[in-house]
Amino acid sequence: MTKQKNICEKGKYSSLRRNDKMDLKEYIELVFSDYTLRTITLGTAILGAVTGMLGSFAVLRKQSLLGDAISHAALPGIAIAFLITGAKDSNTLLLGALISGLIGTFWIRGIISKTHLKSDTALGLILSLFFGFGMLLLTYIQKQPNANQAGLDKYLFGQAATLVESDVWLMAIVTGICLFVLLLFWKEFKLLLFDEDYTKTLGFNTKFIDILITSFIVLAIVLGLQTVGVVLMSAMLLAPAAAARQWTNSLSVMVALAAIFGAFSGVVGTAISASQNNLSTGPVIVLVASVFVIFSFIFSPSRGLLFKQIRFIKNRRDLQLHKTLAFMHQIAENHEDISHPHAIRILNNFHGYTKGTLQKLVDKNYVILQGNMWSLTQEGFKTASNLYNQTDNE
Amino acid sequence: MGKKIAVKVDDLTVAYNYKPVLWDIDLEIPEGVLMAIVGPNGAGKSTLIKSILGILKPIAGSVSIYGKPYEKQRKLVAYVPQKGSVDWDFPTTALDVVMMGTYGSLGWIKRPRQKEKKAALEALEKVGMLSFKNRQINQLSGGQQQRIFLARALVQNASIYFMDEPFQGVDATTEIAIINILKELRKAGKTLIVVHHDLQTVPEYFDWVTFLNVKKIATGPVKDIFNDDNLTKTYGINYKVSVQE
Repeated sequence: MTKQKNICEKGKYSSLRRNDKMDLKEYIELVFSDYTLRTITLGTAILGAVTGMLGSFAVLRKQSLLGDAISHAALPGIAIAFLITGAKDSNTLLLGALISGLIGTFWIRGIISKTHLKSDTALGLILSLFFGFGMLLLTYIQKQPNANQAGLDKYLFGQAATLVESDVWLMAIVTGICLFVLLLFWKEFKLLLFDEDYTKTLGFNTKFIDILITSFIVLAIVLGLQTVGVVLMSAMLLAPAAAARQWTNSLSVMVALAAIFGAFSGVVGTAISASQNNLSTGPVIVLVASVFVIFSFIFSPSRGLLFKQIRFIKNRRDLQLHKTLAFMHQIAENHEDISHPHAIRILNNFHGYTKGTLQKLVDKNYVILQGNMWSLTQEGFKTASNLYNQTDNE
Repeated sequence: MGKKIAVKVDDLTVAYNYKPVLWDIDLEIPEGVLMAIVGPNGAGKSTLIKSILGILKPIAGSVSIYGKPYEKQRKLVAYVPQKGSVDWDFPTTALDVVMMGTYGSLGWIKRPRQKEKKAALEALEKVGMLSFKNRQINQLSGGQQQRIFLARALVQNASIYFMDEPFQGVDATTEIAIINILKELRKAGKTLIVVHHDLQTVPEYFDWVTFLNVKKIATGPVKDIFNDDNLTKTYGINYKVSVQE
C-alpha cells in the first residue's frame, strides 16, 4: 500500500520533483500556477475551516469524541457503496459514508437515551462496532477478483493527492451552506450549547437544533475522509477548536479563530507534505494543527501554562513581601510614632523575611533601613493596613 | 379562598428507571404566593419543577398554567435552574447570558436588538450586577453567577417564576439581595415557586409551602402547616423547629 501511494504521490507532484530545494516564494508561485497543488491547497484549507468551525461546537458540548465515532462509523458505508455500485466514484462512496455516519450517530443518541449507558460507552461501542465491520468488508473486497478494488483503503488514512476540482467545489458549497445555517441559527446554537434545559423552557425545539448541529458535523467529517482519513479525522475537528478556546472568551471569536487555525493547518500541512516528497498530507495537516494546540496551551496570555506559572511565581513573591510588611505593621502599630526604628532581629521570630524581601521593601519606599534597624515609612504603613482589606482591592 | 390558581398539577407521576421519583402529585398553587418546596434529598423537588416545565417527561399527569396547558402559556413562565447545571467556563459574558432571557419572546432566528439589550441591562441593575456586565462568566463568584441567572429570568418578564435552589452556595449578602428581589416580585403580583433547603429560613422568607417526599405531604400557608408534624412526616425523623410567630 505504501509503495502504491508513493508512486501515486510522486506522479501528482511531478512538477515539484525537478528542484528539491525550493524557497517559499517559489512555492507560493507554484500554488497559484500548478493545478494539482492549487486544488489540494484550496481543498485542505476549506476542509480545515469548516471542521474548525463545527469542532468548536463539539468541544463546547463536551462531545469531542463524537467526531471520532462518526468518522469510524462512516467506513462500512464506503465499503457497502462500493459493493453495490462496483465503482470508485468518490461522490457515491461519500454518500455511503454519510448514510452510515448518520446511522452511527443516531444509534449513539439512541443508546444514550434508551439505556443506562453513559455517552463514552455508547461512543466507544459504536466506534469499534462500525469500524470492525468496515474493516471486515474492506478485506472481503480486497479478496475479490475485481481490478477496480485497489485503493479503497486510502479512506483509512486519507490521500489529499486524489482531490480533484469537483471535490473542492463540493466542499466549498457545503461550507457555504454550513456558514449560512450557523449565522441564521446563531442565537439558538449558543443557547443550546450553554443551557439545554433552559432552551427547552423558552419554547425552542432542542431536538431540532441538536440534529442540525450534529448533521453538519457528520457532513464535515465525511467530506474530510478522502483527504485526512477515518483514523485522523477527529483531530481536524478538535485541534483547531481547542487551540482557539485558549485565545478568547467570546464564542463568535472562538468559532472564527478555529476556522482560521483549521484553514492554516490545511495550507501549511499541504505545503510541508508537497515539498517533502514522501510525507502523506493528512497526518502532516493534523500535526500542524497539533502544533497550534501546543503553542496555544503554553503561550495564551489568559489560559496558557507559561503565563499561569509566571503569575503564580509573582503572586508567591508578592505574598512573601506582604507577609513581612504585615508583620512590620503589627509591630509599628503599637508605637505612637509609626516610623520608630526596630531591630531587624525581631523579624527573626518570623520566618518570612530574607535580605531580598527587605531590600525590595526599601526599593518600594515602604521601609527605611539604618544599620541593623528598620522603620516603616508613612507609605509603607498605609499600604500594610490596606493589604487584607478585600473591599478595596479585589 | 377566591384566589386564582396560577399552577395546577394533576396526578403527576415521574419515574427514573422504573423507580418512581414523584408519585401521583396533585398540587394547586394560588396566584401571588412566594412558595417553598421542601423535602429531603431525592424527594423529587427539582424533578417536580422540571416536569412542570416540560424538561422531563412524566409517565402520567398533566399541568396547567392559568387553566391552559403549559405549552400554550410558556411566555408566562420563567425558570432559574441550579447554577451547577451549566458549564461556567463557556466563552461568554454576563450581559450575554442575561440577554438569553429575551430569546424566548424573540422566537426563532430573530436577533436581539437595542430593546432587548436595554431590558438585560435593567435586569442586571436590579440584581446589583451592572458593573459586571462585560465580565467573563468564568470569573464570577458563585453568588454572582446566581444573580446572573436570576437576572436572566427577570428579563423574561413572566408571571410565574420557578427557581431551583437559588440560595445554594451563596453568601449572606447575596441571599438577602435575592430574597428581597423575590419579595418585590411577589408584591408585584407574581407567583414564585422555589426549591429550598434551609428549613430555618422558611417562615421568614416564604408565605406558602409544599412538603414533598416522592408524594405530596402537605401544601398551604406557612403559618398554618409549617409545623413539626408535617416536618416529621416529610423527613421521617422527629424534627423540631422553632416556628416564629
